[in-house]
Amino acid sequence: MSEETTPQEELEAAEAEGVVEDVPVRDLPDDPILAPLAEAFPDATFTSFQPRSGPRQDTVTVPRDDLVAFVQAVHDAGFETFVDVCGVDHLNREPRYDVVINLLSMEHVQRLIIKVGLPGDDPTIPSITSVYAGANFYERETWDLFGIVFEGHTDLTRILLPDEWSGHPLRKNYNVGSVPVQFKGSHKSS
Amino acid sequence: MTDTPHIEEDAAVASSDAPVEAAGESAAAARLREHDVWVAGTEEPEWIANATDEGAQEMLPRDLDPALQVQRGVVVDDDYLEEETIVDDERQIINMGPQHPATHGVLRLHMELEGETIRRVKPIIGYLHTGMEKTAETLPYMAGGTNVTRMDYLSPLNNELCFSLVVEQLLDVDIPPRAQAIRVLMTELNRISSHLIWLATFGMDIGALSMMIYGFRERESVLDFFEKVTGLRMNHNYIRPGGVAADLPPGWEDDVEGIFDVVRAGLDDYQDLLNGNPIFLDRTQGVGVITPAEAQQYGATGPIARAAGVNFDLRKAFPYSGIENYEFDVPLGKHGDVFDRYLVRTEEIRQSIRIVEQVLETMPAGDYRTDDRKVTPPPRKRIDESMEALIHHFKLFTEGFKVPVGEAYQAVESPRGELGMYLVSNGSAKPWRLHVRTPSFATVQALPVMLTDLIVADVIATLASLDPVLGDVDR
Repeated sequence: MSEETTPQEELEAAEAEGVVEDVPVRDLPDDPILAPLAEAFPDATFTSFQPRSGPRQDTVTVPRDDLVAFVQAVHDAGFETFVDVCGVDHLNREPRYDVVINLLSMEHVQRLIIKVGLPGDDPTIPSITSVYAGANFYERETWDLFGIVFEGHTDLTRILLPDEWSGHPLRKNYNVGSVPVQFKGSHKSS
Repeated sequence: MTDTPHIEEDAAVASSDAPVEAAGESAAAARLREHDVWVAGTEEPEWIANATDEGAQEMLPRDLDPALQVQRGVVVDDDYLEEETIVDDERQIINMGPQHPATHGVLRLHMELEGETIRRVKPIIGYLHTGMEKTAETLPYMAGGTNVTRMDYLSPLNNELCFSLVVEQLLDVDIPPRAQAIRVLMTELNRISSHLIWLATFGMDIGALSMMIYGFRERESVLDFFEKVTGLRMNHNYIRPGGVAADLPPGWEDDVEGIFDVVRAGLDDYQDLLNGNPIFLDRTQGVGVITPAEAQQYGATGPIARAAGVNFDLRKAFPYSGIENYEFDVPLGKHGDVFDRYLVRTEEIRQSIRIVEQVLETMPAGDYRTDDRKVTPPPRKRIDESMEALIHHFKLFTEGFKVPVGEAYQAVESPRGELGMYLVSNGSAKPWRLHVRTPSFATVQALPVMLTDLIVADVIATLASLDPVLGDVDR
């Protein structure tokens, strides 16, 4: 992926010139809206991905302790429209889960994707419903399908699946399963 | 009951946190003594007290309800008239749906009423959940279109376009201009057909029953064209990563012009019928109002936000598939009520016709899909002549094509608002994760904001004006 190779290439170029520093290279966005955010939150990592067609895609990775403050700052910076919250399960990666928050600024015609990595043994994250009321259903959906707990959400119940369902189906270790049918051998257990 | 001890054991194991039943009587026996009917003149039975319990979906205590908290706050306009003097006994909770015909499918609205006034609403969804995001992880990219096209079954081509675009963001392919123009043509026609069916169901819901027939009649002209082009009336799988599945049939220009005549004449009739109709105006004006700030907070996009005056159309803001080459206007409303949504949608039909007219004039010649054989199959006749073509064909339909590692988000302006797909690829031939941000999900969530302090009859008009597709909500 280009957004990961670019800092890597820069590092290699710096190595070749013999000017390697101990300080890790931090990509600061040159975008006028994102740059103040990057300064205010030193732990946030900004990356940018330009697809072959379409707008540039800005992604920022934030530690979960900073999330609510960061989202509030992003909201105040002009990203007034809530778009999406979803989860991603990278089964064999640590942190195992990503929570991906998608925000939009209609005023600046710009998107920002906020990613928060969560460890597999403690998938909890502060809720952003205090900043964006629209996150309510989306956080419930993410809890329902991934088992990611949104702390501070007032009504964290199942939304798509029945209340008595056990397990969280979009986790990668949740099997699809099958239903027994008439013909022998077509049903594989588990 | 005594001859089935295993039931007791099962019950005890299954509900370890439930209060232990008294010795000598099983849970099943206790349930048998409870009744929901009572024969007059006999002893009054123990009533099934929890028959209407809501379980986990119970309404929250009033001070915890997030929708109310937001409305009381400063972010969103305070239009909620919570009176402290109201006694709880005067309120009743009524379920509308999931089997109600006006809920456009299987939506359930959990309403707290005070007389006929709605105080609170909680939409309960999930009745149509079929795990399509999980299914998407098991289908190769070639087949992914068949899955996403079934989500929003009234605008299948927009779903396919969004899926194709998000895959193409990570793939390194060029889409030929003709394919892009065909995509614009088909999705705009789809917008027309979707808005027409909205007009039909909306009219029916608020009592203009003839609209039901008219809307479906006009929509049929579009679906006939779709059938001619794609082979199917719905769930086309026509727009695919790399282009479209087939070229337009000969004589398609005449068919499209025929659609214009039918739809234009129909639209004029509808506006004659509805715009000055006092009953229609009474039931729609000032009903189900959402402010621009509320729409942005709740992620309500598309015609609902534009009816509130939010000047945002993804086709203008983040143009895709060459739609920036065509001239069209974005209709805006002022009041954010049901009537403005009706006006915005009818005008959008006219603007879509305008776009399709331009496509008709400027349709470029050329290939209808990319000639990158890693993504699209070779022409049938090449398979007989060329070994490479045969190999490509075989690999494509057995393994599918691989998409480079990466993550991408793509949004298109579906008839219902922002339809977005977030794709995570791990380099294999199947998506690692495909999340679909559906417009109906966000608008149904915003329903409580629009409905508080209206009367029950307004629920029907407001819900219909959102144009929710429950397949799109629940996926």
